[in-house]
Amino acid sequence: MLDADFFRRWMTVTAASVDREAQRLTALDSPIGDADHGSNLQRGFAAVRAALEKEPPATPGAVLIQSGRLLISTVGGASGPLYGTLLRRTGKALGDAAEIDERRLAEALRAGVDAVMQLGGATAGDKTMIDALLPAVDALGDSFAAARTAAEEGAVATTPLRARKGRASYLGERSMGHQDPGATSAALLIAALADVAAEAGAGDE
Amino acid sequence: MSDEKRVGIVLVSHSASVAASVAELAKGLAGAGAAVPVAPAGGTEGGGLGTSAELIAAAAASVDRGAGVAVLTDLGSAVLTVKALLAEGDELPGNTRLVDAPFVEGAVAAVVTAAAGADLAAVEAAAAEAYTYRKV
Repeated sequence: MLDADFFRRWMTVTAASVDREAQRLTALDSPIGDADHGSNLQRGFAAVRAALEKEPPATPGAVLIQSGRLLISTVGGASGPLYGTLLRRTGKALGDAAEIDERRLAEALRAGVDAVMQLGGATAGDKTMIDALLPAVDALGDSFAAARTAAEEGAVATTPLRARKGRASYLGERSMGHQDPGATSAALLIAALADVAAEAGAGDE
Repeated sequence: MSDEKRVGIVLVSHSASVAASVAELAKGLAGAGAAVPVAPAGGTEGGGLGTSAELIAAAAASVDRGAGVAVLTDLGSAVLTVKALLAEGDELPGNTRLVDAPFVEGAVAAVVTAAAGADLAAVEAAAAEAYTYRKV
């Protein structure tokens, strides 16, 4: 079972990984975006980490709802409302339970991804974070590790695609040949989840 | 004299100067002076290009006279941030609407209509109608 501490660690590990990869995310965002994806997410997840340390919410749902709200208010780019909505809707779908199982998390994350698709209007193949998140949610039924692989492969597979959403879509064919920064950061989020799950699994008695 | 019953207008742009200038333009063309509460919410809190949920929420609160608030946006994260705030439920005044309209023309139409004392639905319709004005 996954408790509030598991979800806090998910957010903290994501923050660390966004810190580590910020330059790469911004570099990916330079040819097809406005070169701020790394620094925007870094600012958002730093705020999330600080808030969770200061006053840790008591349930898994509350951790994600609070994190999502902070991302919406601190990121400053489109990834703020998109990641914010992802976490907030996932958190709402988890309800008030103090502990949840993997199946419930997979269902909740699917609700979160659906909400992101509704908000941004993107579907699979539009060269967005959805291209990493959808395969990850599909694979989460199997294992956290499978979700991680699916997200990473999904992110890499955005490279030849032509962007149909967001600023990159203005570039038309010139968006092809670049890996999507949003799909790349989404893969980091799922990788952090798999890391925390592996850590928790290793600690099982 | 009193703007007590006027619909409030919030103009959200990636750029603080664009939001402020469009607010000034719309108020100037409406000729209504300060009768319509209009607030720009442009750029990030740090003064850069982007969208600030805090600035949007503060602008919406500042123009809320109880008759509703119409929010017009430019593009991308401005649209997404307002939608996310509306979905949040308690971040914006009750009866706040994201209006689907061209930013400049829609802002002028919204402010002129609000200045005439129209309700939120009429302000929204006037702003949205600006899309149908062809220039060529």
